[in-house]
Amino acid sequence: MVESGSVVRSSIVSSQVELHARYGGVVPEVAGRAHLDLIVPVVSAAVAEAGLEAEDIDAVAATHGPGLVGALLVGVSAAKSLALVWDVPFVAVNHLEAHLYAAFLEEPDLKMPMVVLLVSGGHTILVVMEDHLRYRVLGATLDDAAGEAFDKVARFMGLGYPGGPVIDRLSGEGDPDAVAFPRAMANDGWNFSFSGVKTAVVNHVRKNPEVSAADVAASFQEAVVDVLVDKARRAARELGAEAICLAGGVAANSRLRSRTAQVCEADGISAVIPSRAMCTDNAAMVAAVGWQRLGADGPSPLTAGADPSLQLPVALQLPVV
Amino acid sequence: MTPPPDAPAVLCRTSTVDQTRLLAGAVARLAEDGDLLVLVGDLGAGKTAFTQGFAAALGVEVPVTSPTFTLANRYRGRLVVNHLDVYRLSDRAEARDLAIPELLEQGVTLIEWGERILPALPSDRLDVKITFGDGDDDRLIEIRAVGDRWCGCLAELREALGPWAGAQRVFR
Repeated sequence: MVESGSVVRSSIVSSQVELHARYGGVVPEVAGRAHLDLIVPVVSAAVAEAGLEAEDIDAVAATHGPGLVGALLVGVSAAKSLALVWDVPFVAVNHLEAHLYAAFLEEPDLKMPMVVLLVSGGHTILVVMEDHLRYRVLGATLDDAAGEAFDKVARFMGLGYPGGPVIDRLSGEGDPDAVAFPRAMANDGWNFSFSGVKTAVVNHVRKNPEVSAADVAASFQEAVVDVLVDKARRAARELGAEAICLAGGVAANSRLRSRTAQVCEADGISAVIPSRAMCTDNAAMVAAVGWQRLGADGPSPLTAGADPSLQLPVALQLPVV
Repeated sequence: MTPPPDAPAVLCRTSTVDQTRLLAGAVARLAEDGDLLVLVGDLGAGKTAFTQGFAAALGVEVPVTSPTFTLANRYRGRLVVNHLDVYRLSDRAEARDLAIPELLEQGVTLIEWGERILPALPSDRLDVKITFGDGDDDRLIEIRAVGDRWCGCLAELREALGPWAGAQRVFR
């Protein structure tokens, strides 16, 4: 439940609901059934925790893409039903656009233009937000997402799951300069590629089975963070951005957070680094962008369906440095 | 993975990731609506690279990215290309939730780690097994026809794979 687009009254994530334990081991977003079981308790908890009644609610927003169609349909159908019952507008929201708005829930008066680095298990996207709902995609990954590379490297090294926090922690004990892993496309346009660094780790560990896991983790993390931060910094300089903002699950990585803060300070711009809870998937950011979209575009039609392949608007061409 | 022992296979070698993409493109030119390819190989072997070459040959113009987290991606080219990764699924019930039979109805479907859910898959398929060779970028790619659909076009398949498969490496 979000008030006026930026005040979080409640934010419930399904893993906080006891029901989730029943699905131990299951990838929650896969199972349409799990969504079906969880949606009512989660919505009820959100309304209750906000201390509101149904008649206080002005609109219902739900993600309609991208994602798995089964899971999306549960959310979209529930939101439409609630909108009909409560007689309020329904707003269909792009999940990626919602990530762009997570930071505004903690700092509503962010200055723009702002470069947003959206990094998660499924996405790595560099965006410049010129104003509310006005943004351009500069680039995205051409193969693996950054978070995926963390998970796969951790998996390969037998470090456990989820890989991001494990590598983050282990890196603290390792030397980031121990192994020179490739920085793919570092100076080449705005897109990213993290498949190569993953394979380079695999090759290095195969050839050097005795290598220190902490050194590999730290060197790998440094390679990924280098590319992410350098590209965001270059975009901010070139576009005259006021800030660099992190979004998505990988924004919880402590090295990415500290390096982003460092370069922003050096360049005299703001580093917008949301809390870890706001970086990962949450409904508050969906409500925040729903409020923006409702103001700009009005309600979505109740015929709006799920769109599993939804993307952010296509990139405009920028000169490559 | 235990393919039928008598299923005919072609063993290929590539030494760069671009060659793997080209090889995949050669296979894609034989693809038809409803086809299924199961991609087997360790982390970093090149399953997504194979799919990139495959999709590009079918006229897909957007970047083909890894489906490990998104689980299922769909692209439009000359044919629809469904790209799945079932590594993170813990059981076959979840494979049902991905609605694989419905996906298979439209376009060509490539499933990374598909060997984990073979009982949930149709028996007509092409198994692509990628293993690491000696050099960092060397790969052995074993392509095995399972079922009538692919056994029925073995000659074309062998011809398409000719540049990467020495005659002595074609075996039954």
